[in-house]
Amino acid sequence: MFLTIAVLTSLGLMLGFILGYADKIFAVEEDPLIKDVESMLPGTHCGQCGFTGCGSAAEAMVNGEADVTCCPPGGQVLAKSLADKLGVSADLSNLTSVPLTASVEESLCTGCCRCFRVCPTDAIVGANKQLHYVFKDACTGCGKCVTACPENCIALHQEEETLDNWHWPKPAVV
Amino acid sequence: MELITLMVGTVLVNNVVLVKFLGLCPLMGVSNKFSTATGMGVATTFVLTLSCMSGWLIEHYILEPLNLQYLRIICFILVVAAVVQFTEMMIKKSSPLLHRTLGIFLPLITTNCAVLGVALINISEGFSFIESMTYGIGASIGFSLVLIMFAGLRERLALSEVPKTFAGTPVALVTAGILSMIFMGFGGLV
Repeated sequence: MFLTIAVLTSLGLMLGFILGYADKIFAVEEDPLIKDVESMLPGTHCGQCGFTGCGSAAEAMVNGEADVTCCPPGGQVLAKSLADKLGVSADLSNLTSVPLTASVEESLCTGCCRCFRVCPTDAIVGANKQLHYVFKDACTGCGKCVTACPENCIALHQEEETLDNWHWPKPAVV
Repeated sequence: MELITLMVGTVLVNNVVLVKFLGLCPLMGVSNKFSTATGMGVATTFVLTLSCMSGWLIEHYILEPLNLQYLRIICFILVVAAVVQFTEMMIKKSSPLLHRTLGIFLPLITTNCAVLGVALINISEGFSFIESMTYGIGASIGFSLVLIMFAGLRERLALSEVPKTFAGTPVALVTAGILSMIFMGFGGLV
C-alpha cells in the first residue's frame, strides 16, 4: 500500500513540477492596462467600433490603433475617462449620446450590393439591381455601409423615439 | 516496413473513431467548422502521441518493475491530464486565436476516450516503444482525418435542406454511420 501511495505521489509531484516550469516558460505577457480599459468599456461586444469585441477594442486603444472616441454606446463620459486613463486628448464633439442606425434613400439606390457585403451584422438585405433595405433591429450604426455606398444614398439617422426604444438620457460631461 | 504497415493499418483499417468508436464526443462537438476541426486535430495529435509515449515509459519503467499494473488507468489519466494542460499552455502562447476558437474543447481532450484508449491498447498489444509511438501517431492521424472529413461534410450539410426530424445531430450521426461503413471497405488492406 505504501508503495502505491509513494508511486502516485511522486508521479503527481513530478508532473506538477514539469507543469509549473512550463507555465513559467509559456507565460503570456499581457499589458495590465488592457484589462483596465476592457473593464471600463460597456462589455456588450456590439461591434460598433469595428472590432470583434470589447477585448480587442481595448487592446487596439492601448496600442494606439483605435481612437478613444470609437465606442458609441459609451458616449462622451467613457471617451473622457478613457482619454484621462491613457493620457491622450479626445475630440468629444463628434460623439452623440443617441444611437444611430443606417437607412437607404430609396430614390437613389441602384442595387449595387456593395453595402450589404461590408455590413458586419448582416443587417442589410437586397439583391443585384434590387432596392436594399436596412433592418433597424440588427443595425449597430457602425457606418461601414455609408463609406461603401457609391451613390451616397445611405445615411445614419437618429431613430425615432417610440415607447419600445425610449430610455433615460445618458449622463453628460459637466 | 512493419512500422509502415502498422501505421496504415491504424489510420485506415483500425481507425479509432469509425471502427473502434472511440472519441465520438469531439467528433460531434468540434466538427462544425473546418478550421476549428483542423486545430483540434493538431492538438489531439500532439496529446495522443505524447501520452502514448509517456504511458509506455511509465508502464515499463515504473509500474512493471514494482508490480503495480493495477494502477495503470489512474496513472495514465494523470499523465493525459498533465499533457493536455501542457498543450493548452503552449497553444495559448503560440496561437491565441486557436485558443479562443477551441475554447472548452481544448481542456476536454482530457476526457477524450481515444487518448486513454489508445494508450491502454498499446500496453495490451505488447508494443515496443517505437511501435507504440507509431501506433499513437497513426491513431491520431486517423482521428484528425475523420474529424476534418466530417467537418467538411457538416459544412455542406448545414447548407442543404434536411427534413425537420433529422436536422442537426441526428443527420450528423447518420452521416457518421455511413462514413463508418465506408471505412469498413479498407478491411482487407493490411
